[in-house]
Amino acid sequence: MHGIEMLNLAAGGLLLTAVLVLWRRELTVIVRVFGLQGVALSALVAALAWDESSAELAMVAVGFLVLRGAVLPWLLRRALAGAGPVQRETRPVINVATSLLAAAALTLLALAVSRPLVDLAPTPASRAVPIAIAVVLIGFLVLVTRRHAVSQLVGFLLMDNGITAVGFLTTSGIGLVVEIGVALDVLLVVLVLQVLTGRMREAFGDTDLDELRELHD
Amino acid sequence: MEILLVVAPLAVPALGALAYAAAGWRRSTAGVAAVSAVLSLLAAAVLAGEVVTHGPLVVGALLRADAVSAFMLVVITAVAVLVAIATPAHLAAELAAGRIGSRTATWHAVLVQAFLAAMALAVLAADLGVLWVAVEATTIVTAFLVGQRRTRAAVEAAWKYVVICSAGIALALLGIVVLNHASARSGTGAGLDWAALAGASAHLDPGVTRIAIVLLVVGFGAKAGLAPLHAWLPDAHSQAPAPVSALMSGVLLSVAFYAVLRIKVISDGVLGPGFARALLLAAALASLLVAASLLIAQRDYKRMLAYSSIEHMGLLALGAAVGGPLATAAVLLHVLGHGLAKTVLFLGAGRVLQTTGTSRIAEVSGLAARQPVLAGSIGLGVLALVGLPPFSLFASELGIARAGFGSGIGWAMAVALLLVVVIGAALVNHTSRMLLGPPREAPGAAPVPRPLPRTTAVALVTGLLACVALGLSTGPLADLLGAAAEILSGAP
Repeated sequence: MHGIEMLNLAAGGLLLTAVLVLWRRELTVIVRVFGLQGVALSALVAALAWDESSAELAMVAVGFLVLRGAVLPWLLRRALAGAGPVQRETRPVINVATSLLAAAALTLLALAVSRPLVDLAPTPASRAVPIAIAVVLIGFLVLVTRRHAVSQLVGFLLMDNGITAVGFLTTSGIGLVVEIGVALDVLLVVLVLQVLTGRMREAFGDTDLDELRELHD
Repeated sequence: MEILLVVAPLAVPALGALAYAAAGWRRSTAGVAAVSAVLSLLAAAVLAGEVVTHGPLVVGALLRADAVSAFMLVVITAVAVLVAIATPAHLAAELAAGRIGSRTATWHAVLVQAFLAAMALAVLAADLGVLWVAVEATTIVTAFLVGQRRTRAAVEAAWKYVVICSAGIALALLGIVVLNHASARSGTGAGLDWAALAGASAHLDPGVTRIAIVLLVVGFGAKAGLAPLHAWLPDAHSQAPAPVSALMSGVLLSVAFYAVLRIKVISDGVLGPGFARALLLAAALASLLVAASLLIAQRDYKRMLAYSSIEHMGLLALGAAVGGPLATAAVLLHVLGHGLAKTVLFLGAGRVLQTTGTSRIAEVSGLAARQPVLAGSIGLGVLALVGLPPFSLFASELGIARAGFGSGIGWAMAVALLLVVVIGAALVNHTSRMLLGPPREAPGAAPVPRPLPRTTAVALVTGLLACVALGLSTGPLADLLGAAAEILSGAP
């Protein structure tokens, strides 16, 4: 059962990289870890492709390696390149130790809520669904507790990686047209946000979202 | 022929976007948007007639037009016509004031057409996945429209808008993935086709579907501006240029809510009506509460209109929670009435902003004396929004309330009604401060009141007249509304 070992390893990689994003504060490291997660996701799909001897899934795996392992991290690095010397997540809303505890709690929560999903079809692949859900929740945590524009962007992309993993672990994806549409949308969102970080720098001289205080009631 | 009918509302604005991308925004191309909108409206009307008499039209595996899609297309294109009439004068004033350049004007025209095409795709999609892609595409194309002015506030609004809406809609994607899991294991081959899903509801696993429905309602609810993920809305709608605010408040919110209505059909089939009702009631009351508490002391009139949109989305959720053909027909009528009234108000507010240079309520005074047509339109528009007769919002709110009191959730209706009254009082109070009172003597250079452009006046008056006409009688729309309400309330 070579495929299943690789599947479990890849799923472990997904969770580990998500936790690393929470742990580290240097933005360049965060972006690199995010790239590694893209590779892990691609490996996960490759393991499924191996298991089902599916050429279509193998092509999807290659597509993910390019998009999530290379293109998206490259775009994030470009967004960082103009950001000047401030390359650290300076003051997250909750500190790193608390974030890690929260991540542990979220992982337990993921195990609890995804029980019906696993019970519906207890295959080796769907047993890894809780891990993917945990990645989604940790991504959401990064999104709401980090203050740097690039960290928020990574949080959003972690959520997306987790959701994609859930999709492939439960069924073989949600249809090619939709899959391509989703990938395109994610790419465009990242491009839009990258342009906005540039404009933010023009307007505020920084991409620390603490500066976003103009609009409130 | 059938294919053409379904594809036209989608293809016309897409061609419009290409035309603007090729020729740019200039005096000679300014009318393209209006032509595109009128053609789309005609196509939507023909399509509506066709689906009412002959039932749904299907194109391939991805597009389907039934009465609900046709009705939503009518809403989208009707608002698009009003916006297209008013846009040239708006952009001309912005260009003349030097706030935007000709490149930005071209981008504006291209993105608005793409925005309309994406919304048409959303309501024509036969597949929940395609619906999701289209709704996310609206976020992408409107992001730059929100941030068009490039001020600090505009960039901040655009950032919040994209991040909150994308995260919210990501939850909906997770919901779709989970629902796909349930669908795949049901052995019905329904996939994500919502009509097949509604038919296959007896075979879907309830536990898994429950998770999916919560995620889908919260996710699309975020995009519809329902609490708790509404925080982006007042910022985005107040910072976007007036024609875009009108489209976002008037139709985009309703398009996202349309997704919730479709999901409710599936939820009711699998889990019974109680589950979606509880979710929607919570969202409705929370949204009304948020709107009421932030409207009372509101100081910015564009934000005031944005919070009023949260209120009306709350009312839609309330009507959907009640369920049944009567309440659902009222909800759909409310979508159209709110779209028209809110468009009039945002277009009017945009004009006020252009002539006074401020969006603060306290700094606009005596508008009625200086610009009677504009002030009159805004005044009547607010009365329509508050739900006074003869405007159609009166009829639809009455319909929702009557169905609600008759369906055993009278306590929720009573709370909602109280909040609506508070909101109405706040809206009328703020608006009367802007319209009445002595004309403000601005220190230094007093702004010379410029006459209201004739096209803007036409858009404002047409919108109000349409709203009144709908309030008196739904006329030819009655059959369409009936058919759509039947589909959405799960009747065979």
